[in-house]
Amino acid sequence: MSRYVLRAASLAAALGLWQALTSLKVDLWLRFSQFPTVTDVARAFADRVSGADYWTNLTESLTRILTGFALAAVLGVATGVLVARSRLAEDLLGPVLEVIRPIPAIALVPVAILLFPSNEQGIVFITCTAAFFPVMVSTRHAVRALTPVWEEAVRTMGGGRWRILGSVVLPGALPGIFGGLSVGIGVSWICVISAEMISGQYGVGYRTWQDYTVVNYPGVFVGMVTIGVLGWVTSTAVELLGRRLTRWLPRTSYVPGGRPRAVVPAAVVTVAVQADGESQKQSDAEQQDRDGTDQEARDEHFV
Amino acid sequence: MSTSSEVAVAAAASAPEVARGARLTLGAAVLGRPDAPVLHDVALDVRPGEILTVVGPSGCGKSTLLRTFAGLLAPLAGTVAQDGSPLTGPSADRALVFQEDALLPWRTLRGNVELPLAIKGVSRSERRAQAASWLARVGLSEQAGQLPHRVSGGQRQRAQLARALAGSPRAVLMDEPFGALDAQTRSGMQDLLVEVLRGTGATVVFVTHDVDEALFLGDRVALLAAGRVASVRDVPRPRERGALDDPARAALRRTVLSSFGI
Repeated sequence: MSRYVLRAASLAAALGLWQALTSLKVDLWLRFSQFPTVTDVARAFADRVSGADYWTNLTESLTRILTGFALAAVLGVATGVLVARSRLAEDLLGPVLEVIRPIPAIALVPVAILLFPSNEQGIVFITCTAAFFPVMVSTRHAVRALTPVWEEAVRTMGGGRWRILGSVVLPGALPGIFGGLSVGIGVSWICVISAEMISGQYGVGYRTWQDYTVVNYPGVFVGMVTIGVLGWVTSTAVELLGRRLTRWLPRTSYVPGGRPRAVVPAAVVTVAVQADGESQKQSDAEQQDRDGTDQEARDEHFV
Repeated sequence: MSTSSEVAVAAAASAPEVARGARLTLGAAVLGRPDAPVLHDVALDVRPGEILTVVGPSGCGKSTLLRTFAGLLAPLAGTVAQDGSPLTGPSADRALVFQEDALLPWRTLRGNVELPLAIKGVSRSERRAQAASWLARVGLSEQAGQLPHRVSGGQRQRAQLARALAGSPRAVLMDEPFGALDAQTRSGMQDLLVEVLRGTGATVVFVTHDVDEALFLGDRVALLAAGRVASVRDVPRPRERGALDDPARAALRRTVLSSFGI
């Protein structure tokens, strides 16, 4: 629990600093005099949220990013596995991918405009390309790093190519794949917002740029905050899903900066809570910690 | 291991369809990786249903021999055959038990034991039942729902044994399966292996660098030295703990040790 307090305090401190700098109109080389204050932004935010326009833009951006990201996840994992497992695929796809990889996805706007009949598909294309490479590269590495005996064991059980893919390669590479997905979702946001700014007709990025062109700075900040929150929510979702699917990973019992966790039997916890109000917080936190990390083995298998 | 009669009954009840073990043969074979052959001119005939132990110093090609029998490695020259027909690749007929860490870490022990059954296309409920019976036979009923890294090394090897046998293979190839265990756990595992194998009829090729283990388990023992199969000897009174003092066994032990130059 105390960790959540700490996290909230960190956000609050940042906002407080912002409010102080802007309301005092500090001008020490960095100029905060024209900067909207937190209260300005909050007022603009409340104003926007009550209108339908805000939500249309928000769903528009979310639809684009989720479509692009989902496509990138599927294509990235498939290509990564293919390139890691097949020498032919590596020779055929490898050079093309390596040449395209360094091109920033946002530089593909002209390509998207030429290729696709509408802006909408173009933006999804750019988002997808952005997330594709981190996913593909992490998958490739994860698949190559798999312990060979796992595959040999399944082969000597009579398992074929698809069984190895489903029972060894995909589950074994999952921790690495989720590393790529986490990076990918972040890059996706950068690209979807940039693409909307350049060529969108709706969307948070488009709206933010519109506000800038009419010099509505609080509006610009509303856009930024929206992007920040959406990005944070989506990457947390990816992170949580990843943790859930890789529960089997051995984790150390070492807690950075924490005391070694004593296993308190449930009965003792209840007694302690009744006896001493102060220790309640502490044991709650411990309970939560344990719930979070306890790797209760489940009978859920991938195949 | 006090329940040997129950175990034998269980084995007989659940594995009546298992045919006798496979015959595995190597003829004039050269084994190893293409750029690095390690065994030359190997001729070996593993009889159906026997336990053949293979001993030799580290790096002498024991694992290579086993991988060739498993079908994971093709011979560089000569032939490798099961019941007279050449091997083309790995198959569920010949299960491989590794030294360690071959269980899939994301599957529970039960999930690991169910895997060969799933590959065979056994139905879910039947899989559950058979896996439970195998886990009980190796004494892991209580740990069935645990992930491999949550149990001890000895328990992991027992689970591997259960997984290998669950697919009712006709041959079991074991690559120093007890090599990483302490002496006490190891001798317990040897007894368990003997007990669990009873009634399966499977042929066993058991690789070890421990001469006493080889002489306890094997009907015959093959000595590997200097890139060749030096000799194959019959073991007097195999799988009897009391046979340690048997003069014939002691003489064989001395011969084996001296062939390693110890």
